[in-house]
Formats: sequence, structure tokens, C-alpha cells
Amino acid sequence: MFHSRWLRQVTVMACLGLTAPALAHDDSLDIVAPWEINSPNPSRAGHVFLRMQVAETLTDTDRKGRLSPGLATDWQVSEDQLTWRFAIRQGVQFHDGTELTAALAADALQRAASRPGMLDQVPIAAIEGRGNDVVIVLDSPYALLPALLAHSSTQILAPASFGADGQALQVIGTGPYAVTSLQTPQRLAVTRFDAYWGEPAAIEHASYLAAPRGETRALMAQSGDADIVYTLDPASRLRLERTANVVLFAEPIPRTVAIKVNAAHPALAEREARQALSQAIDRRGIATGILRTPDAAANQLFPPALTAWHQPGLAEQRHDLEAARETLAALGWQRNAQGMLERDGQPFALTLTTFADRPELPIVATVLQDQWRQLGIDVSVNVGNASEIPAGHHDGSLDLGLMARNFGLVPDPLATLREDFGPQGGDWGAMNWSDPQLTELLETLSQTSLPPEQRQTHIAEAATLLSQAMPVIPVAWYVQTAAVTQQVEGFSIDPLERSYRLSDLRWSDT
Amino acid sequence: MSQAIVRLLVSRLLQAGLVAWAVGTLTFLLTRALPGDMAYRIAAGRYGYENVDRDAAQAVASELNLDSHPLSAYAHWLGDLLQGKLGHSLVSGEPVWQELGHQLGHSLDLALTAVVLALLIGPPLGMLAGLRRGKALDKASLVAATGLRSLPPFVIGLLLIMLFSVTLGWLPAAGHGTAAHLWLPALSLALGLAAVSARVSRNAMARVASAPFYAFAMTKGLSPQRTFWRHGLRNVGVPVVAYLGVQLIYLIEGVVVVESLFAWPGIGHALVHALVARDVPMVQGTALAMGLLFVALNTLVDLACLAIDPRRRPA
Repeated sequence: MFHSRWLRQVTVMACLGLTAPALAHDDSLDIVAPWEINSPNPSRAGHVFLRMQVAETLTDTDRKGRLSPGLATDWQVSEDQLTWRFAIRQGVQFHDGTELTAALAADALQRAASRPGMLDQVPIAAIEGRGNDVVIVLDSPYALLPALLAHSSTQILAPASFGADGQALQVIGTGPYAVTSLQTPQRLAVTRFDAYWGEPAAIEHASYLAAPRGETRALMAQSGDADIVYTLDPASRLRLERTANVVLFAEPIPRTVAIKVNAAHPALAEREARQALSQAIDRRGIATGILRTPDAAANQLFPPALTAWHQPGLAEQRHDLEAARETLAALGWQRNAQGMLERDGQPFALTLTTFADRPELPIVATVLQDQWRQLGIDVSVNVGNASEIPAGHHDGSLDLGLMARNFGLVPDPLATLREDFGPQGGDWGAMNWSDPQLTELLETLSQTSLPPEQRQTHIAEAATLLSQAMPVIPVAWYVQTAAVTQQVEGFSIDPLERSYRLSDLRWSDT
Repeated sequence: MSQAIVRLLVSRLLQAGLVAWAVGTLTFLLTRALPGDMAYRIAAGRYGYENVDRDAAQAVASELNLDSHPLSAYAHWLGDLLQGKLGHSLVSGEPVWQELGHQLGHSLDLALTAVVLALLIGPPLGMLAGLRRGKALDKASLVAATGLRSLPPFVIGLLLIMLFSVTLGWLPAAGHGTAAHLWLPALSLALGLAAVSARVSRNAMARVASAPFYAFAMTKGLSPQRTFWRHGLRNVGVPVVAYLGVQLIYLIEGVVVVESLFAWPGIGHALVHALVARDVPMVQGTALAMGLLFVALNTLVDLACLAIDPRRRPA
């Protein structure tokens, strides 16, 4: 009949349309990760351009996470520890052909110092280019400066990257890859830069796509649509393990899931109360059941990846509800008729604030809620925006904040620790808690270059102090995950998350 | 006829002005009423949450003059809107118009492809079912339509990725850049739209086919296809097109969810991110664009109905 013939034609046409643009494997290496590219400005999305190896910094890190030469070949500090000289690498070209000079590098650093970022904490008096050196003059000694110059916000871009108002309009770096197109906030395409000063990359084209949804990323890996997918949710990892042509990688990184504690809260002011909260956490259960990595259970704030700060001898933090109950009873907390804890008529009630940028945090928060409820503590969970934690820190409204703190923002965790555990506490660290001894240790460590042995003793002292006083309660260490197609060889995860190490990769012959 | 069109366009234009004012005012009030500190939210959107601290938030607050009185901020915004200025995104610093221009293009691609696909899938199946009431196709299409319409576009999208990308490997799972990337998000939206269109056209076809004029046309000797072309199609078309207007809500709502699932850089995706980052000018801009898009599409539907249905034109 006529109707069905007409219909059949339409159906056939629709089907042809559907099958025509079927997938063809292109020669571009496609990377998918959750983080959006907000802007070409180094202070806003510099991490993406550093990871994609478009831009570089004065100092770099080697395979083991130690500081190594980058765009600066060498650096020295004067006797009085106030003047740093960074010798700029010769023969380096920006992607637009401009030659890198010390003056241009100094301009880029001045720009970085004038914006919010890691350089805030450095007492900088002047930055200038003198001959082949960038000279940074300080008001007071600061031994961490070279480590801070590895941070993505200090990347060196060509002058043509910036508009008249000083805002970056494009990203012209010195890395082995140059930007061919940038569509904020989602897509970045790069191509090999043939005039690169170092070892040239093997793969010619690569792209970056921001896909904030975990399910989407996992499905892109599973369908072969993406070559490398970063940050997989635990449920998808199980499925991807069974997928042919995809290899899973996992690497412990210096990031710790921890609870920020308001030490001025009447129920949390005693160190014993914080320890009781810690004893009631089933860390192994969280690591196995939610993070699917039993070794991720944290017995201290510093993960094994931070070799200098990690204390290898420490015992596992045991899950011991009985001991926690006794500790709280000794502090005067009594169970009321409903089985909940009370002291002087006040219930033990807390709000745990967290955020969903990292998909496992809300789940961990509800587990903590349940585990503390077994102690008789009434915990409500508030899942909001990450910025509620620093905002609550400053207006004093925060009780507990569950966060994932990155101690590898710069190659030396000391810079982060100074921000977190200074005399005023820190937005992502202690709240209404400080310890003069710790402050002094951190100051000494960051200001002067101590002999290695003495430095190690200081570090051990500081780490022990932190794990006893628990201004921040560690829960689990982070493991970065990636799903990689078998067509790529040479893949590895940078534990400091500074680079995707694209220039190490090549297409496999098979 | 032209008089009817002019009357329609004028009333829609007034409506567009009202929508622009209402959407802008509501988003302004709602974003102010949300809990949380605006300066911290914006700083988190700009610098990434890792780098948010009080310094960053204070820098944002003083740069954007966030401490000014809400009323004066509102008056400022309204004045700018009247001059066609939407301001700059608080997060990226780009002009909102420029960002909307990119995003709207992507969203229109998606929405229009979805509507065309829905019209190719839904009404033909529905009309066929209407001509064969109670037969297997009619029953199957009822089950399929009910199932598809009751699934949210998000779930349809995931199922389509599982089928076409993971199992068959025909289409890319997500992303954008080539024509192939458009198919799955468009189809996720189209299937829900097609489900309703299929039922509407099935019922319309059934009503028309059982009407005396249809039987008369056959009796006077017209072949089934002539009867359908001359007396069926246009009569079925009116309710199908009119109902499409009602379904636009589903389409616009679906765009937000589907874009986020498929990492499609459209206006819905932008709205979600602007809300999270408390980027008020972008929230206002995207909501405004979606509201006006709704009015524009409704106008097109009305014009199409006028063209199809002579009874709506004044004598």
C-alpha cells in the first residue's frame, strides 16, 4: 500500500543518515577530563595549558616529583637569601616565533604576581630581567620560591597572548604543543610545535575535551571515542576493567580526603573529641567500599607519594567505636533517652559541609554521618559549592568540612601547609586552631635552606604534631585513575598532575 | 491573511518584551536569594575551587562592586538591558552577547535537528497507526510512545550511548566538532517529542479517517493516496503542529539536561554552569535567550498553523 511505501522510504533515509557518519579513527589523540577551561588566563585555567604541554614554567619536576630545570636552567640565591637569580634557557621560541628573553619572562611573572595565586604568599619586592637572568628580590627569605615557580599560574606566555588591558586573549607558550583552536569552556586542540627546544613530541595532533559528567567520560572511554579519560568514578571503573582495548591506570597522588574541623566549636574544642571522631571512622570500609582502593585508607594526612612528609612507621587508624564512646563519656557526654549524646543539656549536633566537584565526597559524607550517628552524634550533611568551605571558615559558620586537599599544587607541600596551618589557620586547613611550635617549624622550613638531615627532623616533628592534634582529620588518600586506549603507548600519570606527558606518547604499531 | 499575521506578530512581540523583563527580574531575585556568598562562588568559578580563599573572594568583590545595594544593581541591570547590553560574564570576563552567540548556535542546531527528526519519526508512524487502528503497529506504537515519553531525556541519552556508541560503535558518545556528534543528543530529544507527536497524529488520523468527508472522498472514487494527500494530511497536520508548540517546554527543558550529558557546548550547559558559579549576567543572559527562543518558536508554530488551517484566517 502507498502509505507503507512512503513510510519505508522515510525510514530507510533516516537509517542511512544515521549510519553514514560512523566513527573513523582519526590521527588526533583525544583526552577527556572533568575540568573546564574557563579562560585563556594563566591564573584561571593555567593548569589545562600546562597539562597539555602548551605552556611551561621556569622550574619543572622530574619523574619522581623532584624539582628540575624548566625554562630556567639553573637558579641561585644570594648569601642573605633575599635575591634569587634564575638563568633563562637560551634558544627557546614561543609558538609565534618570538624569542624567550629574561625580560619577557620577568613580565610574565609580574603579571602572575598581580593576580590571586600561589605567588601571593611570597614577600616579593621586585621582579626584573637582567641580562640572561630573571632576578627576584624578596623582602624576607623564602626558600620555597623555586617550587612555587612550577605552579601553573606562573607559566610564561608570549607578550602577544595578552590584550591591551593585560587579559590573556590566547595562549602562546613555549611547550612541545601549540594551540590550534580554543573553544572555552570545553575544547582545546593542539598540534606539535616543530621548533620546540627539547625532545619533539611523537604524536602530531591532540585535543582536550572537558566533560564534567563522570558517566559521560566513562562511556567515551568504553566506546573508543576518547583515547585517554581522566578521573573515573568507582562504578565505571568496574565496568571499564572488563572492556577490551582499554587499559586502566591508577596512581596515588598527593591529595587527601580530610575533614576540616572548627576547633572553636564547643563540641570540637578538645583534642580528645576530635580523636574520638577520628576513631569512629571506618577508613578501610570507606576505602574499599567507596573508593575501591583498600590501600587508600589514610592513617595520616600525608600520603606515601609525599616521601619527605609521609611517616612510614605509623600504625593503621583503627576503627574503634568502643574507645570513641569512652573518650566522649570521659569528656562529659551522656546518652539521652533517644540514645543521642548530650552535655549540659546541649546535644552533640554538627553540620558536615561538602561539595560534589569530586563525585565521591558526598558519598563519603553520608557514610561519615552514619558512622558518627552510631556514636550518638547528630550530623546533618550539606552538599553545596566548594566555596562554602572557605566562606564558612571566615564567617565562623562551618562546623566540619569534607574536602580533598591537594598537597602537590607546587612540588613542595610546604607551600600548601604554610597556607593551611599558619597562625590564623587556613581556608582549606585548620580553623580556629594553631600551634606556635608548628608555626615556627613551618616558618623555619620555608625560609631557610637547612641541611637535609635537620630538615627531615623538622618535617617529622611537624607531621607528628599534626597527626596528634588533628586540626584536620585525614580519611583517605586519593588515587588518580585513567582509562587509556591500547592504541597508545608510553602512558603514565604524573602524581603532581602537572602534565599529561603527551610528548612521551606514541601510537602503537598494532 | 496579512492582518492576522500582523496581529499575531505584534502580540508575540509584546509577549517577548514581557518575558525578557520577567525572566531577568526573576533570575535577579532568585540568584540573590540563593544561599552562599556570591564573591566566593564567583571566585570558585574563576580560579577553580583549589585556589579559592578569602583573598580571591575579596578581589572579586571589589572588582565587581558586589557590595553595592541590590536595588541599585537591579536598576543598573535594567537600564543596560534596555540599551541591549547584557554585560560581561563574571567568570570568563567575556561579553555575555559573545558567549551567547556561540552557545545559541549550538543549541539551535541541536533543537532544530531534534524537531526535524521527531517530525520524521513521530507523525508518519502515528498516521500509519491511525489508519490501522487496533492492529499490531497501533498497539506497538502505543507501548513505545508511552515508554519513551515516560523516560527522562537523560535516561534515553544514556541508553542511546550504550547502544550506538558502546555496543555498535557507530556514533561518538559525546563531545562536538563533527556532524556525527549531533546525532545522539538530537535523537535523545527527538524520541520523546516523537512519542507525543505519534500519539497526537494517530488520534487525529483516526478521527479524520472515520469522518464522513473522508469516506465520501473514497466513495467518489479517489484512490487511498489521493484521499490522504487531499483530505487527510492537512487535517492531521493542524493538531500535530499545534501540539508541537506545547511540547516546546519539553524541548527546552531537555536541552539543558541533554547538553550536560553529551558535553554539548550549548546554552543549557552554560546555564547550569553559570548557576553553579553564581555568574549572574550569564544566568540572566542564558535564561533570557531561552525565554525568547520559546516565544520565537511559538510564533513559528502559530504562523505554521495559520498557513495550514484556513479556518483560523478571518474571512
